[in-house]
Amino acid sequence: MNMIDIGPLSNIPREGARVVKTRLGCVAVFRTATDQVFALQDRCPHKGGPLSEGIVHGTHVTCPLHNRVFDLSTGLGEGEVPTYAARVEGGRVLIDSTLLSRSAA
Amino acid sequence: MSASPFPPGLAPATAPARPKLVVIGAGMASGRMLEHLLEAAPGRFDITLFNAEPRGNYNRLMLSPVLSGEKTYAEIVTHDDAWYAARGVTCRFGEAVTAIDRDRRTVRTARGDTPYDALVIATGSAPFILPVQGRDLPGVVTYRDLEDTEAMIATGVAGKDAVVIGGGLLGLEAAAGMAARGARVTVVHLMGHLMERQLDPAAGYLLQRDLERRGITVHCKGATKAILGTDRAEAVLLEDGTVYPADLVCMAVGIRPETRLATDAGLEVARGVMVDSTLRTSDPHIFALGECVEHDGQLFGLVAPLYDQAQVLAATLLGQEAAFAPVQTATKLKVTGCDLFSAGDFADAPDREDIVFRDPGRGIYKRLVLKDDRILGAVMYGDTADGSWFAGLMKDGTDIRATRDTLIFGPGAGKADPLAAVAALPDAAEICGCNGVSKGAIAGAVRGGACTLEAVRTCTKASASCGTCTGLVEQVMKLTLGDDFAAPAPAGMCKCTDHSHEDVRRLIKSMALKSIPAVMQELGWTTAGGCASCRPALNFYLLADWPLEYRDDRQSRFVNERNHANIQKDGTYSVVPRMWGGVTTPAELRAIADAAEKYDVPMVKVTGGQRIDLLGVRKEDLPRMWADLNAAGMVSGHAYSKGLRTVKTCVGTEFCRFGTQDSTGLGIRLEKLLWGTWTPHKVKLGVSGCPRNCAEATCKDVGIVCVESGYQVSVAGAAGMEVKATELIAAVPTEDEAVEITTAFIQLYREHARYLDRPYKWVPKVGLSWVIAQVVDDLPNRRALVARFEVSQSVYRRDPWAEHARPEERTKWGPMADLSLEAAE
Repeated sequence: MNMIDIGPLSNIPREGARVVKTRLGCVAVFRTATDQVFALQDRCPHKGGPLSEGIVHGTHVTCPLHNRVFDLSTGLGEGEVPTYAARVEGGRVLIDSTLLSRSAA
Repeated sequence: MSASPFPPGLAPATAPARPKLVVIGAGMASGRMLEHLLEAAPGRFDITLFNAEPRGNYNRLMLSPVLSGEKTYAEIVTHDDAWYAARGVTCRFGEAVTAIDRDRRTVRTARGDTPYDALVIATGSAPFILPVQGRDLPGVVTYRDLEDTEAMIATGVAGKDAVVIGGGLLGLEAAAGMAARGARVTVVHLMGHLMERQLDPAAGYLLQRDLERRGITVHCKGATKAILGTDRAEAVLLEDGTVYPADLVCMAVGIRPETRLATDAGLEVARGVMVDSTLRTSDPHIFALGECVEHDGQLFGLVAPLYDQAQVLAATLLGQEAAFAPVQTATKLKVTGCDLFSAGDFADAPDREDIVFRDPGRGIYKRLVLKDDRILGAVMYGDTADGSWFAGLMKDGTDIRATRDTLIFGPGAGKADPLAAVAALPDAAEICGCNGVSKGAIAGAVRGGACTLEAVRTCTKASASCGTCTGLVEQVMKLTLGDDFAAPAPAGMCKCTDHSHEDVRRLIKSMALKSIPAVMQELGWTTAGGCASCRPALNFYLLADWPLEYRDDRQSRFVNERNHANIQKDGTYSVVPRMWGGVTTPAELRAIADAAEKYDVPMVKVTGGQRIDLLGVRKEDLPRMWADLNAAGMVSGHAYSKGLRTVKTCVGTEFCRFGTQDSTGLGIRLEKLLWGTWTPHKVKLGVSGCPRNCAEATCKDVGIVCVESGYQVSVAGAAGMEVKATELIAAVPTEDEAVEITTAFIQLYREHARYLDRPYKWVPKVGLSWVIAQVVDDLPNRRALVARFEVSQSVYRRDPWAEHARPEERTKWGPMADLSLEAAE
């Protein structure tokens, strides 16, 4: 899979997230307490809440609008959130480069 | 098995002389490689060993005992002169290699060129020096080799102040060594917990606690700004303004591979000298091993993989087939009394599961990370006896499904005790703060025949006042009575713990727990990182109880408090600047209007709290809008916080013909006193200038109604989900008294209420008469509450907008990257 560098890991707070804008919409890139990264669509399937603003606990996030909880690794919870490949390499965060494309391939 | 490591034409058979092997660097990796080589084929090579340090191979892992005075240099030498002489190794110690000429196959030193047939680069690593002001001052050292160690010893650290920058393995060993020599040591660590590469936050907390018990100060989340001093180091200044005096500063922030020679010679170098699995570099005549190499994207700092490399390189040089494959290695810290173990991969990741065991009484934490019924990683603190057993299961990939239930207890299974935290308290520990009743007194009453909670209350007064310690009293009773005691099932504060909010608050105080990992460890949390329900609560309890020691954890806050604005249903935010007492000026209104236009605010609305709400602001615009409002003299209105919101006022004596006192002035005074404080839930005040009550003060959390004779202070009203009038707690003649009682009430609420209870929920739980006794009748107690409130406000009475609006902070509010504009491949 082709990956694209979106910046240093240090730009994302531990137990937090940052947003990446793509043509497919905003993607939330999460960093856990142990420096794992996960990329999910930044949109709760319930009412569209920005998951990037939720509290990150372990490998889960709680939506800031109505407290729905999702597993960062699978996107599953009360509903399902699309996930994208993400990893850390040499202190840089890489995400699935298909997010560069114009539409979901 | 006799394939030559050298290209054709260089093989030993065609040359009359033995092939020349030159080794640059006499560290532990090349030393071990020479041992293997000379043992397998003595005399096969003509070996020349260069070392910049004026000595041969010694055991660097033992530098910390040398620093602490437990050993001498002579005791840690691995290869002495006689060893090299007996094996015919030509030693050129104290002679630094300055260049490699790959065409002529020579290495250069100050004394000339030396030819090689095969070259081994083992230059190790160099300490990373923080690029801060003052790094070159005398008294600033690194901790890497014997020279550094001797420099620290020579400084004569006894009785002096030493600061170690870096709380990793090396830094902590340096800190413990200097502390053993009598220095006052402070460790400054950039990350949230010590040894974050090897430990998770819970184990890091236990390590910090043990180091602090032996007198070492630990400052986590500390970024070094500068080393202060004129002729030599005198102090270390952190970004947050903290200053630690320092006669000696030891930088142990990390190492980087020493690759200069390889880079200059044009070898492939990434972070380290690139080698393949046979440890050959991009030049077939040149090999490398140790901390200077990079293999498959990985660098190496621990000794075990370096010894594996030594074995492989010896084989390669002898023409045997061997391949280096790094394996997970375990870490132990060589500081007496700090028992920790870390092995494998313990990061959270997809498909992984945790087994966590905590024994708060004994300071034990164990965590196993599992995937597909196999152990991937293990972190242990306090009891590491089973470390190698787990490491064995991990290495062998043993399927642990059958033993999973008792796995964490090791080969000899034990059992966790839910009462451990209370059992560990000494008899003198205070259980009931209101009435000063100790654990021993409660146990004594139970043994004397008080077998019910009511009986204990009657004879000891424990939990008879505010009642928040009821759960703890019951646990003491259970410990004393055993199975004879049937406690009503307590409601845990969330799914992570069986402890109630009230228990957690009491234990935070009585056990002096000062961080979220500390609470989770000592109180036996069943999850590794809590949940969205307990984390904000713990964050509040800790900052309320330890205002000067605990640092607010922004990531444990709900979105509105983290972003200092209220999130709306479409993900935009609302911005409410503070208007003290609801009073504003034309200039402020102009600045608000300008901001509304500049940032395309779709709605401007007047709030119920007498101020103006700008709705629909995009997150990335927040810092700049705040900066604009700050420039006009306005600060955050905290319309988003569990804290002081507004003080609603009427115009009072200044304009109103009915006004009895200066209600506007009092409201402004209260707001300026109370703003910025964090409370269990939001707090709204009202001050009315006469009993007509235009400020609607009698449905607020605190309402003050001015009358001819003074001020009526009432509390615990509500006008939300429920509507409830306030209850009078005092009628006082002076404004100062009204302010003092209001402040004391809010501090009492901060200290005792459970998170998310508004005062109208909390006051009935503790009783209005108890509240009146605390903040009105008992004057010394009232003053003490006010004093504690002021201590807290010395930290929190500041504008969060100004902090986040600083130019260097602003980029954090926008997207991390924008891929929507980039072209696809």
